[in-house]
Amino acid sequence: MIHSLFLVSHSGDIFLEKHWKSVISRSVCDYFLEAKEKAGDPENVSPVLRTPHHYIISIYRDKLFFVSVTLTEVPPLFVIEFLHRVADTFQDYFGECSESVIKDNTVTVYELLEEMLDNGFPLATESNVLKEMIRPPNILRSVVNTLTGGSNVGGTLPTGQLSNVPWRRAGVKYTNNEAYFDVIEEIDAILDKSGTTVFAEIQGVIEACVKLTGMPDLTLSFMNPRLLDDVSFHPCVRFKRWESERVLSFIPPDGNFRLMSYHVSSQNLVAIPVYVKQNISFLETGSCGRLDITIGPKQTMGKMVESLMVTIPMPKSVLSVNLTATQGTYTFDVTTKVLLWDIGKLNPQKLPNLKGSLSTQTGAPKPEENPSLNIDLKIQQLAISGLKVSRLDMYGEKYKPFKGVKYVTKAGKFQVRT
Amino acid sequence: MTDSKYFTTTKKGEIFELKAELNSDKKEKKKEAVKKVIASMTVGKDVSALFPDVVNCMQTDNLELKKLVYLYLMNYAKSQPDMAIMAVNTFVKDCEDPNPLIRALAVRTMGCIRVDKITEYLCEPLRKCLKDEDPYVRKTAAVCVAKLHDINAQLVEDQGFLDTLKDLISDSNPMVVANAVAALSEIAESHPNSNLLDLNPQTINKLLTALNECTEWGQIFILDCLANYTPRDDRESQSICERVTPRLSHANSAVVLSAVKVLMKFMEMLPKDLDYYGTLLKKLAPPLVTLLSAEPELQYVALRNINLIVQRRPEILKHEMKVFFVKYNDPIYVKLEKLDIMIRLASQANIAQVLAELKEYATEVDVDFVRKAVRAIGRCAIKVEQSAERCVSTLLDLIQTKVNYVVQEAIVVIKDIFRKYPNKYESVIATLCENLDSLDEPEARAAMIWIVGEYAERIDNADELLESFLEGFHDESTQVQLQLLTAIVKLFLKKPTETQELVQQVLSLATQDSDNPDLRDRGYIYWRLLSTDPVAAKEVVLAEKPLISEETDLIEPTLLEELICHIGTLASVYHKPPSAFVEGSRGVQHKRLPGSAGSGESVESPDTGSAAGVPDAPPAVIPSQGDLLGDLLNLDLTPPATSGPPPPATSGLQLGAMDLLGGGLDSLMGDESEPLGGDLGGGSAMGAGFGAPPAATAAPFSAPVSGGLDDLFDLGGGVGMPMGAYSPPKTVWLPAMKGKGLEISGTFARRGGVIQMEMTLTNKAMSVMTDFAIQFNRNSFGLAPAGPLQVLTPLSPNQSIEVSLPLSTVGPVMKMDPLNNLQVAVKNNIDVFYFSCQYPISMLFVEDGKMERQVFLATWKDIPNDNEAQFQIKDCHLSSDAASSKLQGSNIFTIAKRTVDGQDMLYQSVKLSNGIWVLAELRVQTGNPIFTVCLKCRAPEVSQCVFQSYEAVLKN
Repeated sequence: MIHSLFLVSHSGDIFLEKHWKSVISRSVCDYFLEAKEKAGDPENVSPVLRTPHHYIISIYRDKLFFVSVTLTEVPPLFVIEFLHRVADTFQDYFGECSESVIKDNTVTVYELLEEMLDNGFPLATESNVLKEMIRPPNILRSVVNTLTGGSNVGGTLPTGQLSNVPWRRAGVKYTNNEAYFDVIEEIDAILDKSGTTVFAEIQGVIEACVKLTGMPDLTLSFMNPRLLDDVSFHPCVRFKRWESERVLSFIPPDGNFRLMSYHVSSQNLVAIPVYVKQNISFLETGSCGRLDITIGPKQTMGKMVESLMVTIPMPKSVLSVNLTATQGTYTFDVTTKVLLWDIGKLNPQKLPNLKGSLSTQTGAPKPEENPSLNIDLKIQQLAISGLKVSRLDMYGEKYKPFKGVKYVTKAGKFQVRT
Repeated sequence: MTDSKYFTTTKKGEIFELKAELNSDKKEKKKEAVKKVIASMTVGKDVSALFPDVVNCMQTDNLELKKLVYLYLMNYAKSQPDMAIMAVNTFVKDCEDPNPLIRALAVRTMGCIRVDKITEYLCEPLRKCLKDEDPYVRKTAAVCVAKLHDINAQLVEDQGFLDTLKDLISDSNPMVVANAVAALSEIAESHPNSNLLDLNPQTINKLLTALNECTEWGQIFILDCLANYTPRDDRESQSICERVTPRLSHANSAVVLSAVKVLMKFMEMLPKDLDYYGTLLKKLAPPLVTLLSAEPELQYVALRNINLIVQRRPEILKHEMKVFFVKYNDPIYVKLEKLDIMIRLASQANIAQVLAELKEYATEVDVDFVRKAVRAIGRCAIKVEQSAERCVSTLLDLIQTKVNYVVQEAIVVIKDIFRKYPNKYESVIATLCENLDSLDEPEARAAMIWIVGEYAERIDNADELLESFLEGFHDESTQVQLQLLTAIVKLFLKKPTETQELVQQVLSLATQDSDNPDLRDRGYIYWRLLSTDPVAAKEVVLAEKPLISEETDLIEPTLLEELICHIGTLASVYHKPPSAFVEGSRGVQHKRLPGSAGSGESVESPDTGSAAGVPDAPPAVIPSQGDLLGDLLNLDLTPPATSGPPPPATSGLQLGAMDLLGGGLDSLMGDESEPLGGDLGGGSAMGAGFGAPPAATAAPFSAPVSGGLDDLFDLGGGVGMPMGAYSPPKTVWLPAMKGKGLEISGTFARRGGVIQMEMTLTNKAMSVMTDFAIQFNRNSFGLAPAGPLQVLTPLSPNQSIEVSLPLSTVGPVMKMDPLNNLQVAVKNNIDVFYFSCQYPISMLFVEDGKMERQVFLATWKDIPNDNEAQFQIKDCHLSSDAASSKLQGSNIFTIAKRTVDGQDMLYQSVKLSNGIWVLAELRVQTGNPIFTVCLKCRAPEVSQCVFQSYEAVLKN
């Protein structure tokens, strides 16, 4: 099981360590730092490393490495999932997950880590349960605590821990009872030079914000549940009902949570909202190249495409760019060689175009690789797969809650090859 | 207000200041002070001096303060064991607290204090907590048993905690069940032979019920435990599968993968024609695809496992090729894995798509990735015949890019394509020759030379080309030199008239100017062949080469089966069996897939099946491989015309096998090109030739009993005379007085990797004895008879019989005192007799106990000095070399030797049959009959016994 955890900064400083069994010297991290050095880009550090006597399993999140050390055979996914859960918890508690904020809250971090894992076995990882035991810091509470000598640590047994619904705390009370669901879909796609779809799929999630008094039992049903054949649920969802009736029946956790995620891969269901006409070329001789990109709407289901943005990692030999954009602004970062074109709303009448010349290092050979285009976009009030929620019913409580469903489609890993 | 303020007090006397604050009357001030102490602790400052002051704060009602003090205690108790005792009373009191949270916290913390003295006090509270009315306390206590076991295993067994833990599997609360399972699994890992997790249909049912209700982490533990069970029949198998399938929709990817493991394993038992079998196959694809949309780290582990699944059951993902397409911002480790799986899934149906993708990847930025993509194109050509032509033209396009490393990779794979489809694509040779100058990597140069030699008759200027390489012969790597030698000989056989000078030149370079034995040997063989019988030479060198097969990097089926049983574990990430990297006292269970019910075989009983996971000593794999190779050598040497694989090839074979297992990035194509004979020169037919001389020298030595391959090779290195494992003389174990006339004397020996118990049974009674049988009590190393006692004829009065009983080391384990004590019961028609004897521990030294130097160094440093034991052997008149070879006969391997001031230091390693490594330093002073042995081992208990063996071996 998980033996120790080290938090390592982007630059390689070990700034926090926690051991759940015997203490392992932090020199074990040398192996990790060596691998990090070798990988160059921190994202390329292999997540599972083997040293003569330990296994190092790490994740890279928010410019921090969460490095765990184990001595025995463990399921690595279990460790990775747990580490992400730790990062999520920090995010949840402190609003961000960074070196400075963790240092500012070391003691809370320590208390949290102690509560999350016992002897390497996960103990309490549900945010609802943790918050009952260790209250998240906020300015008001620290002031009150200082005045009254109160404590950040709950004195009672978290009720959720043992009930059949460990994710929900008991005795929830709200004056305004509300339940909101966001259906968020991301399109992952690879388009080739000619604009043909090489690969496309939709990653969808339903994020919920439920603030309901008592123990409500909710049922969410869809207009077209047949769309969903590959789903993963929050533990609260009753799988049996889904299998037999294709409805989501659950007692929700309190607050924000991810109700389900799904994945639509059959090609004909994945609409590609924009097309890209592009031409990036470098001259064989003379240190320059041309760039011409136009974007237009394709299958937008009559909705407006917003927050449109194109990111192009240019070859290393490109020194500067001289371009004109008919819409939006562009920036070129000389150190990272990333060209970023922020377009905004896509106007179907007047298509945005970016055009101009690129100058490369004199004498450098023509770049070998073709840069790929990364597209970002957003479409409000549309789930591109066509998924629609038909109704939400509540049982078990008397009051009438406010209900709402919002849809949004975004580009995920949306790449155009050139 | 943040905690960073705790870091700011850096002025002198900080500890004093904290001390004062800790002893303050104000609660709030105390708490702040403890917080400061904790903060210092987290960044590695030593605040252990404050121990008594912090412990004084423990008796408080403030839960936060209590928790903070506990945190401190866990960290420092080890260094201040006497002080830690001060805390015991509070713990014991807290274990009785009305608040279950406090009870649980106390028992949890106590388990984390790794001080022997405290563990004694822990037993009573723990026992109470295991039976606590509150499930929260029970589940915490379950984990505490595992903690305690880690500190003092004997205590846990003596106190009967293991049984209590087993009872908890039937607990009403699913969380308690999950934790009990987790704790038992962890304990079982250090007790490979114990039957801790005794799975039967009732417990399985309980686990399945708990599975639905416990937390996601609990589900992982339970699923992993379920995977060890072998269902009785296909119906049970199906019903378990049905209850596990819903887990595939869990949001936690570890749960999903553990469920996949259970299903993959139990599916084996389902008849293929069952409808449910098809349904299950369909259900497995979507969750695997979903794993690929998770964070890159999760993707990586998922991909490594999918790689296994695809090899075992390609049908599951055959339509999902596209999800493995690479995105340019995937981390490199994900890209490489995706590429691997793409090739495995490539088939005639999707080859066009795959090729288009691969071509795209070949223009990417990352060099490693581009190389692998180019190689992948070659593999597609070899795998899907219809696509070969398209692959070749793609490769030619890539060569036109003139990007150096792309060209080199392309040439290496084109060589493979030539091997697979001879006489089909030779038209491209001209293009290849144009790029001769840009090749600077040995592999590419060797490949190009191979092509030139192979098609010498079609290349007009082949002699010029080869001659140009010959100029810098000495600067080339061995690979290129060997290849060049073979290529020129080929050229000579094809165009004898023009190239005589060239061939003489290369032969003299290879035989006279080279230090490399491989090169020299090969040179001599060619030389002799050519000078004695050119026709035979032609037949050998230009023999038709066997075709290469398409997927040389497939994992070997038995290993694959084992790895499928380990889906989701580190083994599955490394593609190596756990025995290959789990070290020391932790035992390893070899797991096997259950047989299919449809095959008509009777389903194995749980004892022999994988349910209990036939416990096998970790080294079992390697010696058997060694034996195999040894056999090969012996067999093949008898007819002198044929011979075994040459020694470099044998070691290559082992290495190759390792690479294959490792699935390392570069092994991908490396393995494939090896059997091509590319490196080994004139094809495999030629291979027969080279092996002969070195193998022949080894032959006379292979006769002695020692047999193991390791011995053989070390002998070749000229270490000394072979020496059988030391075996003590027979002693009387059971005197006739006690045995009602039966006298047993005996000894132990290790022969050919098998432990033998050799006994002389003498009948000193007046009547005939029959019906002999033997049984062992549990013992420290799990020795057990590997077969029945073979006394076939009745033993008449005054008759003696010699019996040799092979022993295995997979029996039940119990620590004995002394460690090497063995209690034996022998039965005959008269009575049952008991006696005990002591076996020399050297019987347990396995043949693969030679540690690599680096590993040795690292391990030596890593083992704490407390574990070091020093002994002296007196009156030993041996030189260090003689001692070393003597010890080697008993599988004590010398890894390195160092001479300091006339004193020889031998560094040696020994591996016991249960996987414990013992490292030794033997100091020998010339002329001084006293040897000093320094032993280091993670299990220091064995040191004494190992030393005794040293003494016995050296003195006999």
